[in-house]
Amino acid sequence: MAMHAIHKIMATASGRDSVSVGEIINVNIDVAGINDIYLLVLKSFEEMGGRSVWDPQKVVFFFDHNAPCGSINAAENQKTMREFARKQDIPHVFEINRGICHTVLPEAGMVKPGSVVIITDSHTTTHGAFGAFATGVGSTDMAVILMTGKLWFRVPDVIRITLTGSLKQGLMAKDVALYILGQLGADFAVYRAVEFSGPIVDAMSVEERTVLCNMAVEGAAKTAYVQPDQKTVDYVRSRTSADFTIYETDGDYKYENEIVFDMDSLSPQVAVPHNVDNVRKVSEVEGIPIDQVFIGSCTGGKLNDLAAAADILKGKRIADNTRLIINPGSKEVLERSIELGYVQTFIEAGAAIFTPGCGACIGLHGGLLAAGEKCVSTANRNFPGRMGSPQAEIYLTSPATAAATAIKGELTAAYPTSEI
Amino acid sequence: MIIRGKSIVLNHNNISTDQIFPGKYVNLTDSSEIASHVLEGLDPGIKQQIKPESILVVGKNFGCGSSREQAVIALKESGVCAVIAESAGRIWYRNAINLGLPVILIEEPALKIGDDEKLEIHLKQGIVKNISQAMDYQGEPVADFILEIFESGGIKPMMRKKYASS
Repeated sequence: MAMHAIHKIMATASGRDSVSVGEIINVNIDVAGINDIYLLVLKSFEEMGGRSVWDPQKVVFFFDHNAPCGSINAAENQKTMREFARKQDIPHVFEINRGICHTVLPEAGMVKPGSVVIITDSHTTTHGAFGAFATGVGSTDMAVILMTGKLWFRVPDVIRITLTGSLKQGLMAKDVALYILGQLGADFAVYRAVEFSGPIVDAMSVEERTVLCNMAVEGAAKTAYVQPDQKTVDYVRSRTSADFTIYETDGDYKYENEIVFDMDSLSPQVAVPHNVDNVRKVSEVEGIPIDQVFIGSCTGGKLNDLAAAADILKGKRIADNTRLIINPGSKEVLERSIELGYVQTFIEAGAAIFTPGCGACIGLHGGLLAAGEKCVSTANRNFPGRMGSPQAEIYLTSPATAAATAIKGELTAAYPTSEI
Repeated sequence: MIIRGKSIVLNHNNISTDQIFPGKYVNLTDSSEIASHVLEGLDPGIKQQIKPESILVVGKNFGCGSSREQAVIALKESGVCAVIAESAGRIWYRNAINLGLPVILIEEPALKIGDDEKLEIHLKQGIVKNISQAMDYQGEPVADFILEIFESGGIKPMMRKKYASS
């Protein structure tokens, strides 16, 4: 029977030749990642009688959500997790200086095409951009993985989104992702996988593709996928010498749904409060005064995101009524941003630089909002209370739009002058 | 498996985990502390309405967003004994299964069911009986594999039993 590449990954990982949509299968996990807000993983592990993790080499700890800790409670949790990692001889511990799991894991060469990547974070769909089967789970699922190395999954139907045409200069993957969510809604892919393809995806860098896969979960997708090409291979090869397998979708595979969007006339997009699918053209809502601009997160804190922002902010000052927070996604992004002069640009423009990590995106620290404040954010969620007060408003945009907004002090679109 | 309780209707789609259990509390791990913030991001007053054997009736994509398991713990520890949704965010749904909080999917539940109505959920058959209105609604039957987890009170007791001897 014809299979999608995702199904082939799942079949191989469950020791079978083939799988069918709707089947429940037990899948072997290649990377099991635990974030620092998931002490409950260790509680569940203990409650289930867990003693030793199944394979310490495959377990990864990320101290990224509280990086560094903003409360005693968080510090206590991290302490317990560090002790666990040491006791279990887990070698892969990404400390508070390293950055966001979804930025750090590919940088470390630990995401390979054809592999199964499970992390206690909903945006794990990101890694489908490298041709992996990747999805997020909660604490108890992760505890099951720690004990057995496996987890059950229902084999999903696949929706293919084909993006045709070309993007106007200055538009970013974030504009595309927001447009798709605006068109299809926040539940279009519930229990399903989403594949992104077409000339727009082909032309994107691997980093930009991660934005599409990252934001697929905002359409309720179980997982996302981009068929690996030479760019994928080059990226992964530059990061690891380990072997990997690229799976291909059978020619006669029947997608559950095929959707085509032409991007020729796309303009900068914004998700207005309080849902990610509440999407408008920036031009329709221009002029809203903005108290804070946040440039960071697993979808907007990569090197190309900061490059786009720096391009616009170079030689400019942010507006008096606005605060700008720049939050590099990883140590590597921060280092490169220093080398390339972006950090100097940001500081001169009046930005506050926060340490690599999830920062204000999850509302723990690093720039929380007061009631009534409005924030333009390059992150992926604008739910009430996401970044502090439930009475604050969050507008999601690309880093380019966010940077232009910081200068003007009101929501506005801009086009960077160089290629991004 | 039959569950009985009284309805609390939240007629919204896309109620996110940020609304069920706001991000600022994600470092909490104590169940009763977690429960004290239930649905705070949606309406801090709702927790007064939740009593033991409350059945939450919601719209589409309930529990979308983050993978935080507290978004299930908060409901369960507050007394919610089942959730009737049109659809649910998949990570939240898995968390609910794992922690033994039954979820049943039916069409437009929040339009069919009123507040404080007496309900009976037949998980295997996928039927919700509205005793107050003398109406039955057919939803999705729960797969045997998942039913077994619900019946065991979640995956933890199952795993404990399976691995206790090894």
